[in-house]
Amino acid sequence: MTGAQEVAPRSPTLDVDALLDDREVRVVVCTGAGGVGKTTTAAALALRAAERGRAVVVLTIDPARRLAQSLGLTELDNDPRPVEGVEGTGSLAAMMLDMKRTFDEFVEANADTERAATILANPFYQSLSSSFAGTQEYMAMEKLGQLRRRAGAEWDLIVVDTPPSRSALDFLDAPRRLGSFLDGRFIRLLAAPAKAGGRAYLRVISAGFGVFTSVLSKLLGAQVLTDVQTFVGSVDTLFGGFRERAEETYAMLQAPDTRFVVVAAPERDALREASYFVERLEADAMPLAGLVLNRVATTDAPDLDAATALAAATRLEAVGRPPVTAALLRIHADRVATLHRQRRLADRFTSAHRAVEVAVVPALARDVVDLEDLRAVGRHLATRD
Amino acid sequence: MPTERAADWPHVRLHVVTGKGGTGKTTVAAALALALATGGRRVLLLEVEGRQGLAQLFDVPPLPYEERRLAVAPGGGEVFGLAIDPEEALLEYLEMFYNLRRAGSALKRMGAIDFATTIAPGVRDVLLTGKAKEAVRRKRDGAHSYDAVVMDAPPTGRIARFLNVNTEVAGLARTGPIRSQADAVMEVIGSRLTAVHLVTLLEEMPVQETADGVRELRAAGLPVGGVVVNQVRAPLLSPAAQGRARKRQLDAETITHDLAKAGVLTGAGTLAGRPHIPAAEVVAALVEEGADHAERVALEQSQRDDIALLERPTYELPFLPEGVDLGALYDLAERLRTQDMA
Ligand SMILES: Nc1ncnc2c1ncn2[C@@H]1O[C@H](COP(=O)(O)OP(=O)(O)O)[C@@H](O)[C@H]1O
Ligand SMILES: Nc1ncnc2c1ncn2[C@@H]1O[C@H](COP(=O)(O)OP(=O)(O)O)[C@@H](O)[C@H]1O
Ligand SMILES: [Mg+2]
Ligand SMILES: [Mg+2]
Repeated sequence: MTGAQEVAPRSPTLDVDALLDDREVRVVVCTGAGGVGKTTTAAALALRAAERGRAVVVLTIDPARRLAQSLGLTELDNDPRPVEGVEGTGSLAAMMLDMKRTFDEFVEANADTERAATILANPFYQSLSSSFAGTQEYMAMEKLGQLRRRAGAEWDLIVVDTPPSRSALDFLDAPRRLGSFLDGRFIRLLAAPAKAGGRAYLRVISAGFGVFTSVLSKLLGAQVLTDVQTFVGSVDTLFGGFRERAEETYAMLQAPDTRFVVVAAPERDALREASYFVERLEADAMPLAGLVLNRVATTDAPDLDAATALAAATRLEAVGRPPVTAALLRIHADRVATLHRQRRLADRFTSAHRAVEVAVVPALARDVVDLEDLRAVGRHLATRD
Repeated sequence: MPTERAADWPHVRLHVVTGKGGTGKTTVAAALALALATGGRRVLLLEVEGRQGLAQLFDVPPLPYEERRLAVAPGGGEVFGLAIDPEEALLEYLEMFYNLRRAGSALKRMGAIDFATTIAPGVRDVLLTGKAKEAVRRKRDGAHSYDAVVMDAPPTGRIARFLNVNTEVAGLARTGPIRSQADAVMEVIGSRLTAVHLVTLLEEMPVQETADGVRELRAAGLPVGGVVVNQVRAPLLSPAAQGRARKRQLDAETITHDLAKAGVLTGAGTLAGRPHIPAAEVVAALVEEGADHAERVALEQSQRDDIALLERPTYELPFLPEGVDLGALYDLAERLRTQDMA
């Protein structure tokens, strides 16, 4: 197929196979705006790496239903399971993140049975672990950390998908935001009365704090405050702090064996997100492997331009020919116009980020639902022309 | 004067627009607001996720926490916009119920208000939906201030929880303003004054999410509105040619003949103006592209069938290749009107 690579003609090509074959690379993180193909790309990279001989685990976050079925992700045990049907000497295991369960297991692993039970039953904890903004990102990082600690014996490559946030940066920032909130001064103040040392500190700022707690309990009811206090009291000293933990996992992303693959569709919003993300990686010294431009328009007849095709279609319709050829010409004109529009958008990205290597995957006629489809995406990812 | 016509949602005064992220919630909410305002009505468009998507779309400076006129609709209608800030809404509350404006501002500066709405996400949602309820109920000189309110709501995955504020605050204060606010909100949101519309694309994941969303809304007793199918591409092949195109059984000879007749191919069997490109290559490419197109259309048809199973009024909006600007919004609004969504 021609045309796909043309959307980013001036960029260096991302050598996907070299990335996957590099034994020094042990973590590949796929990020990007919502809906661009992160999960698909992560699964396709993982399968390709496995079929090139590596022992791979892929952590998916929100796979489309049929893709999940083909990867055997219907068993929701929050632990990697071998994928059937992988060819060659490598292996592939796959799992889908269950954020609440990851949080629960994290608590159970870090507290004695009794304390864990108290935390798990706490209403504030339940809301935190199931519906707080940032919890999914925090737990994705946490799971990645766990997989990393188990790597070596079981896997030599971890491929991670990221949550479907609007902004790709959420994956980097949300865990720290949540960590700071949980370790923040208000939470500490609320918890303070439970501890002896807290009172002296409290007296100093008690005027403001009094208003604060009284407003809160009027609004939320005294029970909510009690729940938060109990929660903070029982997790205190347990995890070495939420913020610290978030900082640690963040630092893990800066490890020399980690690479980021930024996925974007050739659309304005998605490319803008990709730009922000690429700049952020640079700023934080996190290694970018390259950009995957997914769902790019292609044509096998690049020399027949849109205007000529449309004019010809009109001519045929005017002389009353059966409509098939005119329709094919219109379909072609549409594709060529789309391709040009996408190229203009991609150009804006590539001229701002000239050194970023790009791999291109065409828009396929059907969804990517099974191993055969993933192999096809993998081949497109690795095509260099 | 508003023109009376038979639209599909005659009793609805609060239109909540949800959908999978990126399918076009903000675009559809704005188009619907314009459609509802057409003919001289006043419509308020609410943003609740703090993204300033409305300001971008209508090409105006970021919206303050204050109702601003965004656009004028055909026939003298007006669309106002408001980006609801939960912190400001909470301050409004503290003032209204406890006369705590000054202490409230101090708490806000300390970050305490943000903290309060974070530890109890339910409170945040009650404040946001409460503002929508207030706008629906608000009166001026005995008449409603707004003929309709349209909310650009959180995505499908969160919508049932977001709207079902009663359950959300179940664990919170049993008395007091938040509790009574939740009850008042449910009187509007759980009634036929409200319709929750879902935006989707003709793709598997958004359609699946729409079906899940409809199920969750129904289970929560919330009023499901229509389904807006956005970014629809017209099928270019006739139904008869569609099946053959998909199987690559179109007649290459006829196509070659037609292309020559239209001047695309030369008598010498090459692409006109490109003597090095054989006609057969061009024909094969067109047939391949036709097959891809037919495949997509067939897939879209099966998604349409899944949407039909939901048994909700369904509206379609075309894919606009050049993107959505203000002019395009008026066009989309008119299409919603001709389909009787407004
Ligand atoms: N190159 C492609 N061509 C056609 N469909 C694709 C392509 N890449 C992804 N898709 C489809 O797009 C949808 C969204 O992809 P997904 O990988 O789940 O995106 P994300 O994880 O970024 O939200 C899925 O239904 C998937 O099958
Ligand atoms: N009918 C349409 N044709 C073309 N582009 C569209 C259409 N509807 C929405 N878009 C574009 O899709 C993107 C997402 O739309 P938006 O309304 O912001 O979605 P959401 O609010 O659901 O995230 C925007 O870039 C928007 O301009
Ligand atoms: Mg995904
Ligand atoms: Mg939006």
